[in-house]
Amino acid sequence: MADASLPGAGGGGTAAAPVAPGPVKGPGARPRRSIMGTPPWVAALFLLPALVLLGALVVYPIVFTVHRSLYDADGSGFVGLKNFGTVFSDHGILTAVRNNAIWVVVAPTVATALGLVFAVLTERVRWGTAFKLVVFMPMAISMLAAGIIFRLVYDQDPSRGVANAVVVAVHDTFTSNAAYPGARPRPNGDLAPTAGGSYTSKSTASVGTPADLPLVGIPQNKLPAGAQQARPAATKPDAVTGTVWLDFRPGGTGRPGVIDPGEKALSGVRVQAVKGGKVVASATSGKDGTYQLPGSAAGAQLRLPASNFSGKYNGIDWLGPNLVTPSIIASYVWMWAGFAMVLIAAGLAGVPRELLEQARVDGANEWQVFRRITVPLLAPVLVVVMVTLMINVLKIFDLVYIIAPGQTQENANVLALQLYLSSFGGGNDQGVGSAIGVILLLLVLPVMIVNIRRLRREGRR
Amino acid sequence: MSADATTGGAVTAPVPVTAVGAGRRRRGLAGRLAERAGSGVLRIFLLVVALFWLLPTVGLLLSSLRSPTDITASGWWKVFTSPSQLTAANYHTLLSNSAITDSLWNTVLITVPATLLVVVIGSLAGYAFAWMDFPGRDWWFLVVVALLVVPVQVALVPVAKLFGDLGIFGDISGVVLFHTAFGLPFAIFLLRNFFAEIPRELLEAARLDGAGELRLFTRVVMPLGGPAIASLGIFQFLWVWNDMLVALIFTNSDSQPITVALQQQVRQFGNNIDILAPGAFVSMVIPLAVFFAFQRQFVSGVMAGAVK
Repeated sequence: MADASLPGAGGGGTAAAPVAPGPVKGPGARPRRSIMGTPPWVAALFLLPALVLLGALVVYPIVFTVHRSLYDADGSGFVGLKNFGTVFSDHGILTAVRNNAIWVVVAPTVATALGLVFAVLTERVRWGTAFKLVVFMPMAISMLAAGIIFRLVYDQDPSRGVANAVVVAVHDTFTSNAAYPGARPRPNGDLAPTAGGSYTSKSTASVGTPADLPLVGIPQNKLPAGAQQARPAATKPDAVTGTVWLDFRPGGTGRPGVIDPGEKALSGVRVQAVKGGKVVASATSGKDGTYQLPGSAAGAQLRLPASNFSGKYNGIDWLGPNLVTPSIIASYVWMWAGFAMVLIAAGLAGVPRELLEQARVDGANEWQVFRRITVPLLAPVLVVVMVTLMINVLKIFDLVYIIAPGQTQENANVLALQLYLSSFGGGNDQGVGSAIGVILLLLVLPVMIVNIRRLRREGRR
Repeated sequence: MSADATTGGAVTAPVPVTAVGAGRRRRGLAGRLAERAGSGVLRIFLLVVALFWLLPTVGLLLSSLRSPTDITASGWWKVFTSPSQLTAANYHTLLSNSAITDSLWNTVLITVPATLLVVVIGSLAGYAFAWMDFPGRDWWFLVVVALLVVPVQVALVPVAKLFGDLGIFGDISGVVLFHTAFGLPFAIFLLRNFFAEIPRELLEAARLDGAGELRLFTRVVMPLGGPAIASLGIFQFLWVWNDMLVALIFTNSDSQPITVALQQQVRQFGNNIDILAPGAFVSMVIPLAVFFAFQRQFVSGVMAGAVK
């Protein structure tokens, strides 16, 4: 249980995740002796191609990179650890370091948590296998394809990007969208601009005198279809009334502040009564532009809040400077939650059912069974999944390179991307690029050591 | 609750049989109702998650089946209300674009040799580590295990220089060699462990029949290693097919695979979805086919090799 071997995972169940390789049955314990005295030169022939390739393209490059990281951009002058200093002081590269830290903490945690939830829940439905297939499928495709898929998902325009289409639909369901962007009062009128883009009257409202709120600045063709003729509000004994309208007549023959024939009502405008900075009442203008506030609004100033004038809601700037990294992490989770799910499900198959059943009989609810029994039993598998994902995330490149648009690529930067940019993508400093390579290598070193220790322990048994 | 605790005392006292029975009956009444409601919620939740997971890919597929004008004008979900928008024209254009078809062919030319080489070279070495005796064997194997987690990024700068000196920078052979080398630690690790499980008697019997070392390897070890070799092959195939970074550096415009060709299009993202969407989908077809055809081997291969 405690190892990474994959029970029932097919392929003969032989594959062991290279993170913390599981105990290898047999050969470790068996006397490690050639079966029939093969001469060492035959062994050398069998090993030669592998050792040549590994030596030339893996081991030698590691040594070279470590060496190269101590030299300057063109590789001629020895600079000691200066390149490493650059990595941790250059503003752009520091962003990459910080983003990598966020990636390594957030992405594996979220993917593993989702994988755990899915693995546990799919056990209870008959079509669990089909579900797993759907969630696991993204693992088969390239990060480039996934990147293109999510560029489409995150498209800023809500009429094209599905993420913003959903966000805007939800937003518009809960907030009215009858906005008049650009509308404003005439200068030097009673209404004056106040904080946050709202307009507030200088005078106070009173019962019996219609408090009219004229606005200008809206082209006739931007008015909603079917806008009606504005109407003066009727006075009422116990209410503050008035009209909100577009105080402008085509041809410019209208009188300022007067509701002339041909001037259109502005419906759906929010009107607030404000006393001492607090909103005491509010109303919305009707089809003919009139609104009605309760009598308690007398003596208050009238305010048209900024929400009337903000533009159409356009959704979230997913790939903007603030959200670009979380958005790309979400696409990574989409790709890799299936990996965590399948590995955890394999581990789950090894959890003794009687133990769970006994706990339920003893009165534990499902959450307690999950929290107190399932998760602790799965802990070794969860660790393997987390470590594997961390190593994977450390080197994340394609997704960031593809999804982040040019103008926010710097905000989304990660070490592997910076290594590429420094070494090949115009950065023109293979010294810094090599230093980043060495840092990546140092970061996986603990896993390397754990793997070797594991193997040696098993060899001794 | 308290009544149950006093009568049953399940936690502290030895459990009376009746107490367990009572607990069961109590669950049976309220529990069954809650369970039924709960399983309904659970099903809906999982269904929503599955749809959510499918949505991005469906969006890509439907986008690839719409004309450029439709793509700029509206979202792919519009095809549900006007299915007449669907057209294969983008695919026709794409597949008559020689730059794209050449790069697809390059992907094959890179992936197939890189997969075969890893399987053959990895098997040879895995067999040697499992069944041959030579000085420092365990030490060498430790080195291989240590190399399992080395990030490819470490090797990019030096290998670019090395390939330049050898005159194969930009050539397909360079990419193939790089992928082979970085596939080997995992291949050797996996196959050595698998081969070591082969019963000694089988090998000894073959040797008594007069089989030489090479014959033993091709006639006994390789066939018996089938499942592990299949997992390794599928995993390596997908890893190389889906690679972009290595090819981005070591290929030129004549040898670039489909991932690199599409990557260059991403810079003008927005105006060329009629190329990007079908292109991405074409690049996904083979991996998805492999995925559906060899799920079991794929799962074990990906799980085993995910560390890369």
